[in-house]
Amino acid sequence: MHARVMAGKVKWVTDIEKSVLINNFEKRGWIQVTENEDWNFYWMSVQTIRNVFSVETGYRLSDDQIVNHFPNHYELTRKDLMVKNIKRYRKELEKEGSPLAEKDENGKYLYLDFVPITYMLPADYNLFVEEFRKSPSSTWIMKPCGKAQGKGIFLINKLSQIKKWSRDSKTSSFVTQSTKEAYVISLYINNPLLIGGRKFDLRLYVLVSTYRPLRCYMYKLGFCRFCTVKYTPSTSELDNMFVHLTNVAIQKHGEDYNHIHGGKWTVSNLRLYLESTRGREVTTKLFDEIHWIIVQSLKAVAPVMNNDKHCFECYGYDIIIDDKLKPWLIEVNASPSLTSSTANDRILKYNLINDTLNIAVPNGEIPDCKWNKSPPKEVLGNYEILYDEELAQGDGADRELRGRPGQALGPRGIRSRDMGRTVLTTWK
Amino acid sequence: MFPLPAHPAAPPEHLKEPLVYMRKAQGSWEKRILKSLNSMCTELSIPLARKRPAVEQKELLNKWNEMGTDEPDLSLFRPVYAPKDFLEVLINLRNPNYENGDSLSFRTHLGLIQVPLKVKGIPELKEFFVELSLTTGQLGIDDSTQVPPELFENEHVRIGQKVLAEQDSAAAQQYVRQGSPTALRAELWTLILNISSQPEDILYYEQLKTNVIQHDLLVDSLIYKDVKLTASNDDYYFVFEDYLYQVLLCFSRDTSVLGHFAYNSASPPKSYIRGKLGLEEYAVFYPPNGVIPFHGFSMYVAPLCFLYHEPSKLYQIFREMYVRFFFRLHSISSHPSGIVSLCLLFETLLQTYLPQLFYHLREIGAQPLRISFKWMVRAFSGYLATDQLLLLWDRILGYNSLEILAVLAAAVFAFRAVNLMEVTSLAAAEAVLADLSTLKVMPLLQIFLFATVT
Repeated sequence: MHARVMAGKVKWVTDIEKSVLINNFEKRGWIQVTENEDWNFYWMSVQTIRNVFSVETGYRLSDDQIVNHFPNHYELTRKDLMVKNIKRYRKELEKEGSPLAEKDENGKYLYLDFVPITYMLPADYNLFVEEFRKSPSSTWIMKPCGKAQGKGIFLINKLSQIKKWSRDSKTSSFVTQSTKEAYVISLYINNPLLIGGRKFDLRLYVLVSTYRPLRCYMYKLGFCRFCTVKYTPSTSELDNMFVHLTNVAIQKHGEDYNHIHGGKWTVSNLRLYLESTRGREVTTKLFDEIHWIIVQSLKAVAPVMNNDKHCFECYGYDIIIDDKLKPWLIEVNASPSLTSSTANDRILKYNLINDTLNIAVPNGEIPDCKWNKSPPKEVLGNYEILYDEELAQGDGADRELRGRPGQALGPRGIRSRDMGRTVLTTWK
Repeated sequence: MFPLPAHPAAPPEHLKEPLVYMRKAQGSWEKRILKSLNSMCTELSIPLARKRPAVEQKELLNKWNEMGTDEPDLSLFRPVYAPKDFLEVLINLRNPNYENGDSLSFRTHLGLIQVPLKVKGIPELKEFFVELSLTTGQLGIDDSTQVPPELFENEHVRIGQKVLAEQDSAAAQQYVRQGSPTALRAELWTLILNISSQPEDILYYEQLKTNVIQHDLLVDSLIYKDVKLTASNDDYYFVFEDYLYQVLLCFSRDTSVLGHFAYNSASPPKSYIRGKLGLEEYAVFYPPNGVIPFHGFSMYVAPLCFLYHEPSKLYQIFREMYVRFFFRLHSISSHPSGIVSLCLLFETLLQTYLPQLFYHLREIGAQPLRISFKWMVRAFSGYLATDQLLLLWDRILGYNSLEILAVLAAAVFAFRAVNLMEVTSLAAAEAVLADLSTLKVMPLLQIFLFATVT
């Protein structure tokens, strides 16, 4: 055994000075060090992970070092790359003749249509224009690829509003394909499910410990973020970001922001409300579909992910439900906010980190990245297994067909009746 | 909850309340409330009612679905009363025909309520709530993840669907004693409360809405203030803020509510057209529905928003819940489901079955009722998690009685007895009982009624 493993306490570093992190490290008796010293656990920002794995500035991690990001997480967490990977995945399945890639009579994927139509700008400008002209009264949302917290987002409903992204634009002051300036434009979901007349989105936490084989966990305590202002699809309100964007970073500055509940609902409240007003079957189907789309998104990027064994990652998934109870994947965040806007929030995030660390760093001891990444059930805390490829594969290929959303649960499907518990199925 | 057929010679006030001293106490309390309202009115120079100018009417109509974004200046308004003011009145209630006696004996009631009303003991409660016993399946217990659904839940759901298919109101009431499945609850409650949404009901609601648009009432500001202070800050109910205005503002103007005063010990406050004080021809009930809201009133409506999202249906359900049950929680009467009886039931249960705890709390100046009163007045709304609250309200409907509120209050104290025995002040006792949001009500009730050695 390496001498260091016997030395005792885990040595940690972080770029992110948040109490929910630091309190968790301290309560385990871990020792804080700097990045230049020998460390075992580094909670990095996305800039740092880029440096660690970059060709010029990178360095090799040793077996007793664990980090909280995959080197090329941006394949999932950058809006344009996520869409690209999902499109590629769908085409591959179609080519294989997989039943998952089945389409309906309008050419829409039956099971894999979970991302709103999206184009990259300026690269796909002409394709976008073609699509836009098919439904000229539609609204589209422009998002810069590399930014977070709702920065730089705006809505458009006229081509003239995005003229400068056209490729042969005469005003070529907007130059390049440089990643900093790239935008994605997605069809805006203008029929979101409203509760109390308000728009909301879902924030769910998903922990991935390995991509090949895929092993991921869903945090049971996700939440809904409500807009403080009443939702209206009217065009006059397109500029009012308090109506349309649910990011807490934006909502916090609205006049009506409340610091007790922070405009948030637990997922179990959502479930209670939907079951009470819409019935159990459609609610269960909705939650099944949500799990399905998360797993599919991970499968889509799994082939291109650098499945470095020193890495794990906790993603923040943003999902919107429309008024037909169809969930849409909006984006995946590599660094979900660890800032707490309310007391409840602080407790939730503290527990999230706690449960994450229990899974990623078994027993709180100095890690060995070669371990099998299969923690015992008792340490999961508020996480539930969302998908375990190894387990699923053990059952044989015929399960492939039975697992699609809306169909009967496989024998290992865990039926739950408590609020807030999720129903997990064994599709592959 | 509707009054039993009475003796034909009984005067109408007996239907409201048979005991004179209770009627008198309610009358004095009402006078105080009205005085408080009138003086607020005078101080702020705001009329009790005024017609809105056309411009304001149009504005309000446009904003009807988002009145929560309005920010009128409410700083000068105070709630007319809070539950603790009401508790003081109840504490001072005395039956002039009853001699408590100076000497202490084992019969002496050590609690705050000092009137001799008959309340049930645990043996009687066990009979009354027989469907909650350990050997009967319950939602809230037997539907938890560890229990296979074939044992109880599936069959219970199947029966519920059958009851709904047959539209049998009495069967529904019996059925929900064991709890209602989440997906069936909205319809079951509709059936039990005999609500049918006919076009005329929807029209009636629209008419009330028109009344709101046309006239502004002083109580509207009280309602706004209450919602802003309570529901808007609640983790579960803040989402429904706008629905609460839409229901409560209409409720204040609904004169059909006046009908329930025939069996409510309370009477609607009377006001007089300006300058015509004392002239009966110019008397009007104020507010038009005769119900002056108090601090926390909006919490009666809030949980219902989880079940009904269509405003006129939500309205009908709330109104019926109010005239059947909730009015008893804030009027002085001798009815077994009236707040006075509930308080006495609570205190008696505690004193009889947890005497050590009761005595200890009394000694440190923490009379238990001072803590549990607010829970009961609000029917636990805002104190329990919503799913638990709905399971509790299932049983209120099922048993057609509010006594379960007192039993639950006692069960909560029993549950936290160990911690409570260690506190040495009222504030510390309040802290132990401050957060009920993690409690599961059905196990607590079952243990208290059926599994405690007495």
